[in-house]
Amino acid sequence: MESAFLIEKGVIILVVFGITMLIALYSTFAERVLAGYFQDRLGPNRAGPGGLLQPLADGVKMFTKEDFIPETPNKLLFILGPGLAMTTALMTSAVIPWGRQLTIFGYTATLQAADINIAMLYVFGVISIGVYGIMIGGWASNNKFSLLGAVRASSQMISYEVAMGLSMIAVLMVSGSLSIHEIAENQHGFIDWNWHGHKFAWPSWYVFKQPLAFLIFLICAFAETNRTPFDLPECESELVGGYHTEYSSMKLGFFLFAEYVNMFISSAIIAIVFFGGYNYPGMDWVNAHLGGNLATILGTLVLFAKIFFFIFFYMWVRWTVPRFRYDQLMNLGWKILMPLAILNIVITGFVLILTAS
Amino acid sequence: MDIKEIIFWSLSTIAFITAIYTVIAKNPIFSAISLLVCFASIAGHYLLLNAQFLFIVHIIVYAGAIMVLFLTTLMLMNLNEETEKHKPAIAQIAALVIAVALGIVLMLAVRKANVILTMGPMTDSIGDVKSLGTVLLSEYFYPFEFISVLLLSAMVGVVLLMKKDKTAALK
Repeated sequence: MESAFLIEKGVIILVVFGITMLIALYSTFAERVLAGYFQDRLGPNRAGPGGLLQPLADGVKMFTKEDFIPETPNKLLFILGPGLAMTTALMTSAVIPWGRQLTIFGYTATLQAADINIAMLYVFGVISIGVYGIMIGGWASNNKFSLLGAVRASSQMISYEVAMGLSMIAVLMVSGSLSIHEIAENQHGFIDWNWHGHKFAWPSWYVFKQPLAFLIFLICAFAETNRTPFDLPECESELVGGYHTEYSSMKLGFFLFAEYVNMFISSAIIAIVFFGGYNYPGMDWVNAHLGGNLATILGTLVLFAKIFFFIFFYMWVRWTVPRFRYDQLMNLGWKILMPLAILNIVITGFVLILTAS
Repeated sequence: MDIKEIIFWSLSTIAFITAIYTVIAKNPIFSAISLLVCFASIAGHYLLLNAQFLFIVHIIVYAGAIMVLFLTTLMLMNLNEETEKHKPAIAQIAALVIAVALGIVLMLAVRKANVILTMGPMTDSIGDVKSLGTVLLSEYFYPFEFISVLLLSAMVGVVLLMKKDKTAALK
């Protein structure tokens, strides 16, 4: 039992790590192709068929470039920065449920590395320490532009964490559990809805129960991953390159890669918490007629389709919306999103009490 | 040696070394970072005692919020050894006396405490969110609500202070 458990979890962790890396790798490619499409040009199409080997070429370039370390009194911290950014980006995937049970040769495995009952808080804990990589790296660069980028990043991430946490509280009030696995299970099935005699069946996704929380969470997720329109920490027209100005070779690669990993993980969390995760219409039918394993695999594929949509959404916004000014960013976070999130909590509380009695 | 004991001793060693380094480090940034590692290893102790909620709240509040503010401030202050002012001798002696006195008081308190030699959780559910919430909202209902209202009003107050005074601009 004990060794089977260890092997199960080890395999899940390795597979999730591999998939995360692969998706992050090809997100960079997808971003460039989409940017080309949005700007009416071709994008990368030289390496391999249709440019598919472009990420590999980029990887080789990153690894073989000169690894330059600037004149800085803190070489250790300079090296620690990108490592921390990558570690914290990867840590969240431990609590994400990728699917239901899978039965292989009579052994039942759950497609989740750790089903802990404080998973949602764990996600916020990792997000809150995610700022250290950027901060330490930016400060240790011994460069004014890097320092400004690092300070912008840390104040932006602290500010948006508040609204993000408050928007999530309303969702937790509806779900009644902090475990992401249970949040996903709660969204199984349909709600029947009667409108002027017409009957509709909505999926019981939390986006329909908590639309305001979803909107706030989505905006905050953009700010937490430092993506446009909130990419002020690295905005090249003001700060050269922001916190990674002094970085080169694979250290720069880690910073850029961590952003794509964060994007993938936050898309996964949005898809699971608000869009039903691995639940899809007809899941019970597939489970009953075609076997549990097929239902689970289809569920995982559906989850990935939802994740890919949100990754696409990130890129869509990046190449469409211009960047915010810094005071606008702070005003949006503190004066608009945070009061809205508190209002949402109060409304949710009233509705829950009224419907309970 | 049990795996739990190995984790306990390594966490304790890390916590001890980083706590000392926080005090003796010349560079304030290194001091802050080693304090951060110290917080993380203490959070690991909470997890060993199965206090999951305490563990994650410790990480979010101390590592995620307070130390980020500390580090941001330290990085902006541009501290280095040339600009550092030396405290007068009387302040140094006073600080030493206070530290030693506090240390003695703490040691006496620890000597009087009951030593629990068994390690691990009392019951499996003692640290989870459900039992904590039940205790907070039944036994400690009034203090809990007062503190939450106080914190919320502080937050609203800060947002209100940041709003521009439109009447002042007109005068």
